[in-house]
Formats: sequence, structure tokens, C-alpha cells
Amino acid sequence: MSIITIWAVITITFFLMHAVPGNPFAKEGKMPKVVYDNLQKKYGLDKPLREQYVIYLKNVLKGDFGDSMKSRVETVNDMIERGFPVSARIGAQALLIAIVFGPALGALAALYQNKFPDYFSMVLAILGISVPSFIMGTIFIQFIAKNVSWIPIGGWGTWRHTLLPSLALAMMPLAHMARLMRSSMLEVLGQDYIKTAQSKGITKSAVILKHAVRNAILPVVSILGTTISNLLVGSFVIEKIFGIPGLGSFFTKSISNRDYTLIMGTTIFYAIILVALLFTVDLAYMFIDPRIKLTQEGR
Amino acid sequence: MENKIKLNPSMFEKATLEDRNAEKIKRPSIKYWPDVWRRLKQNKLAMVGLTLIVIMSVMSIVGTHINEFDYKEQNYGLINQPPDSVHWFGTDELGRDLFTRVWLGTRYSLIIGVLAAAIDFVIGVVYGGLSGMASRRVDSIMMRIAEVIYSIPYLLIVILLSVVFSQQGSGTSMFVLILAMTLTDWVPMAILVRGQVLQLKESEYSLASESLGGTRGWILKKHIIPNTLGPILVNVTLTIPRAIFAEATLGFLGLGLQPPSPSLGNLSNDGLAVMPVGIFYQIFIPALFISLIMFSFNVLGDGLRDALDPRLRK
Repeated sequence: MSIITIWAVITITFFLMHAVPGNPFAKEGKMPKVVYDNLQKKYGLDKPLREQYVIYLKNVLKGDFGDSMKSRVETVNDMIERGFPVSARIGAQALLIAIVFGPALGALAALYQNKFPDYFSMVLAILGISVPSFIMGTIFIQFIAKNVSWIPIGGWGTWRHTLLPSLALAMMPLAHMARLMRSSMLEVLGQDYIKTAQSKGITKSAVILKHAVRNAILPVVSILGTTISNLLVGSFVIEKIFGIPGLGSFFTKSISNRDYTLIMGTTIFYAIILVALLFTVDLAYMFIDPRIKLTQEGR
Repeated sequence: MENKIKLNPSMFEKATLEDRNAEKIKRPSIKYWPDVWRRLKQNKLAMVGLTLIVIMSVMSIVGTHINEFDYKEQNYGLINQPPDSVHWFGTDELGRDLFTRVWLGTRYSLIIGVLAAAIDFVIGVVYGGLSGMASRRVDSIMMRIAEVIYSIPYLLIVILLSVVFSQQGSGTSMFVLILAMTLTDWVPMAILVRGQVLQLKESEYSLASESLGGTRGWILKKHIIPNTLGPILVNVTLTIPRAIFAEATLGFLGLGLQPPSPSLGNLSNDGLAVMPVGIFYQIFIPALFISLIMFSFNVLGDGLRDALDPRLRK
């Protein structure tokens, strides 16, 4: 399945990029025909499309995304190697924040239904869902980074630089998880097995942790895949606002530069990472909920 | 001892009209949708959302005509004016009136959201319905295809299509935006519909219809789809903010609607550009509008889900 998806992405990306009207070197100004022909040859654009496709597919299989059309010094692989660790760090931190605080807030809200913790976390959740991350990021810069001296406004370097971007990126998934956790927790708390557990004389915390949370968290785990792909797109925006030299900013830059090989390379790289992560999530889900089998019919 | 019933003449009196009416249902029975609406009305947050949506929709149509400024009329004498009595939301860096531009942007955002949701709805219901009604092998193949399509990262494809169909630095047409968004986003709807169809196909009333000679298409149209409308409606309500959010993100990345057409996304992007020099209203206003739209549709969708859920009935 995963392999078919990746192949589909490569194919779609390849043919879309070659369907772009005009030639990719138009921006370089007028050039002699010899130069143009050489450029065409360098990027293999002189061959028939089908042949180019096969060559590209083979190269991608070997992990080679080719040369950048705009950068003279770096290949696409170099850029991915430089940008990905940065993006991955922000993304992983954001995911961690969301996974830790989202379900916790949701569970708290359900336990104290219609009391202060409930109202507090639900207001936070509604804010997180309503305010897109690019606005959240801007607000953070304006009101936190400008007033707190030890938090930098943007750029990259120490862990302090990662603080605000991760938080801004985490807000939306955190809010989604909190809401989902709250409703599924409320449902679970009304179940008979909770009463059974309580009547057996187990302490309250054990009932909550072992019986309620463990069952309530299943729907939250099931949206992890969507969360991860949202984080990925969110990172384009966040990296732009905070000026972070990650893969997302390379991607957006490659789009405005019309650097076709870079666009293709990063898209496919993203798709591979995403599909791999989704597969991991499926495995994790199976581990948590033994009722789910990998060869499940439909979804 | 024998337990005899003691008879007396009072037991054989004629029943009066009142006695006969005792079993009658006095109040008018409430049909399904009025009942949903009644419960929805009790949800204050959802009603706030609905009211905001109505106000915004009306204002996005009339709001652009309230003052005399055109959305692309530039005035270099009056650039970056903060909100005042002439320009209610101020002007941007080309001296264009932001009040007009923001409402026009809201209009485009709403159109994109509603159209994208409508297309998702049509494709999703048809595909999901067919898949659910088809034989198991066909169903399995159709769902596999849908899963592959869905695991293609949605915004990546949207971005790629915007790149292909837009010229250098000029943005994308609304048609391409909507097309790109619906390309993969119909899948959750199809999966939802299929699940419902599989469940309802086994119901007694479907069997009854089948035994009375109803064809598959008839059962799908008359019995199954009307009964899945509830969850579908919730899904549609939650698809709209997703599409609006996607457009705003694209606009923010410079891939949204073609300038000078405003969208809430590219208005925020323009606002971000002037923020470092201390001008906040230009990002604040579109940001507020996006947030309000997202808020309204999300709480309305939640409210609908609660109103449709029979377990929450009191």
C-alpha cells in the first residue's frame, strides 16, 4: 500500500512538473541556443518524456533527487540533508507538546465537566482550532518574543529558537486532541466497566489511568496520522514566519523560484516521510488496540 | 381459596369520550429535522456560530457596496492609513480600502469553502454509495483506491497544482484552487458514506423495500441516503472550514487567489509584511475574520453532531 502511494506521488509530481508551460530557464534571460541546448542536456530535458520518467524513477529509488535548477553549489539532496534535521526537530517538538498536553487537557476537562478546568481547556481548544498557525505565530512574535528578552524573534541556533515555533505549530493539533479526548473520555466514564472497576475498590487514580484513559485515548491515536500531515504543512508557514532554515522554507522558496527539480525532490521526500510515519502510526495503533489487525477490511 | 373477581354494575358502564381519548397523543409529533433544529437551538455556542455565519454571508455580499471605494482602487496619498471614519478598516500599502477588500476576501473564502464542500459531498456520496452497494470485491478495490488517493498529502498536491496552473508570482484562479482541494478531500466523505451504507443495507426497511421489488438504486436513493444525511451534514459543516483554512494557508504562502483579488489569506500575508514597521491592524483584521469563520463553522458542526446524536437526547 505504502509503496503504491509513494509511486503515485512520484508519478503525479513528475508529470505535473513537466506539464508546466514555458521553459524553466526563462528567468535567466535570453541565452544563446548552444547554452540552452546544453542546459537542456544537463537536466536530461532533451530526451523523450517517458525516458526521462524512467531515469527519474531509477534515480529516486537510489535516493538521488538530482541537481537543483537554481543553486549552483548544492544538489537537492544537500538541501534536504541541511533542511530536514531542522524541520524534523521543530515538528517532533510540536508533536510532543501536542501529545502530552492535548489528551491531558481533554481528560482533565472531562473529569471536571462544567467546572473551571473544563471551561479553561475548552476555551483554549476553541482558540487553537479557530486561529490558524500563521496568525498564532505572528501573535507569539509580537507579544512574547518582543517582550521577553531571552526568547529570540526568529532565526535558528539554540534551543530557545525552537521554543515559539514548536509551540505555535503545536497549538492546532493540541486543540483537536483535547476536544477529541474530552468527548471520548466522557463517553468512557459513563461505561459499566468503570463502575465495575470502582466497585472493586480500586483507587480513583488507577481507575482513571488504567481503565478510563487507556480506552479513551484510542480515537486520539487514530487521528495521529492526520495530525502529522497537518504539522508538515504547518511547518511551511511557521518556518516562513520565524525565518527558520528548514526544509519547509526551502520548499516555499523553491516554489517562488520555480526550481522544478527542488520542488519535485522535496515533494517526494515529504511524501516518503509522511507515508512512513503513517505506517508507523498504524503499527502503533495495532499495538495499543489488539482488536485492530493490519489487514483490516476498509477503514 | 378461589380468587373470584367480584363483579359489580359500575364495571359495565359505557365508556365516555374522555376515556377513549386518554390514550391519544396530545402534542403534535415532532418530525426528525424539526427535532434536530429544536435541540440545536438550545446549544448557545452553535447558535452564536450560526448567527456569525449568517451575518458574514450577508455582509460578504453587501459589505463591498457599503462605502464608495472599489477593492482595487489605489490612492497613493493615503497609504497605510489606520482605521478612521472614512476608511473603516484603514487602507493598505497601496492605499486600497481594507473594509471593501476584507469583505470581498470573506466572500471568496466562503465561496471556496462552500463549493469545495459541495463537490466533496457529491463525489463522496456517489463513490461511497456505489462502493457500499457493490459486491465485496468491487467494494474492497474501490476502498483501496480511495485510501491511496487519501494518503497522498493533500496540501502538497494543492501546492503543486497551484504551481502548474499559475504563472510566475501571480497566484491561482479560484477554479484551480477548488479543484485542487477537492482532488483528495472527498475521500473521508466517501468512507463515511460507505460505512453507513454497509450498515443500513442490512436494515429491515431496506429488506422490506427489496422484497417489494425496489432496485438497488432506489433503495440507495430513497432509504439509505436520507438516513445518512445527519452524519453527512456534520461532515460538510466541518469540511467548509478546512477548505477555508487551506485557502488561507496557500494565500499566506503567496499561492492563493490572483492579486489584486483579495482573499483572507493574502490579506494576512500583506499584513505580515508591514507588521515589522509597527502596523498591526492590517494583519489583525483579516486574521480576526479567518478566526471567526473557523470558529463559527467548527462550533456549528459540533452543535449539529450533538443535536443529531440520539444518545444525547433527554
